[in-house]
Amino acid sequence: MRPVNTASIEFLSRSSNEGFARTAAACFAAQLDPTLDEINDIKTAVSEAVTNAIVHAYPEKLGKVRLRLRLFEDGRLEIAVQDWGVGIADVEQARTPLFTTGNEERSGMGFTIMESFMDTLKVRSKPGKGTTVVMSRRLARRVGTAGRP
Amino acid sequence: MELSCTGEDRELRISLAGEVDHHRARGLMESIDREVGTRLPRRLVLDLGGVTFMDSSGIAVLLRAYKRTAELGGTVSVRNVPEQAGKVLRAAGLERLLRFE
Repeated sequence: MRPVNTASIEFLSRSSNEGFARTAAACFAAQLDPTLDEINDIKTAVSEAVTNAIVHAYPEKLGKVRLRLRLFEDGRLEIAVQDWGVGIADVEQARTPLFTTGNEERSGMGFTIMESFMDTLKVRSKPGKGTTVVMSRRLARRVGTAGRP
Repeated sequence: MELSCTGEDRELRISLAGEVDHHRARGLMESIDREVGTRLPRRLVLDLGGVTFMDSSGIAVLLRAYKRTAELGGTVSVRNVPEQAGKVLRAAGLERLLRFE
């Protein structure tokens, strides 16, 4: 299926961009006239994915993070968060609730929240190459403008 | 810092406001640590009524407040939890650890 609309944003792995990224995703999703609950779920999941990239992908330096948003005709919103950082050696372990390689400031609940707030979650990672998190959520269809040219 | 503290009889009430994410987590943790360490509350009440957004960084903030207060013999409860923050906290099972008022 081809997307009816796409947007892509690249930003530096600064923590001040966490708010920017989740707000941008919420604005993109707004064209489907989502409920407040749906918008909150999307913001939360994007915040988790982007924070992971900022905290874990580039521990020693700043790097590039890309947020790609795609909207499909059936009302599905796909969100991809990509980095070119250190990668995750064991993705299964990283997705385990409460597992974290971070310090006390991290709860280890990021992937658990992405999984429970979105319909699907895929994680592709290669140590030394980077990580891509792709998640999607079908939004309740209302009379919206999605699909119009 | 969007954080205010009131309290008497060793009950400390801390109100958090705004967005609680990784960007702000460290500052919030340090402020709460400092207040708890100085006032040694028997009961810490975290009022989340003014929180407009929270992600899993908020879980870490609350767990840290819980640990720090418990170490000093106090209890922790959370109050006025907005719906979005509540969903995040429940996803982590925090209602089993903290009292939600």
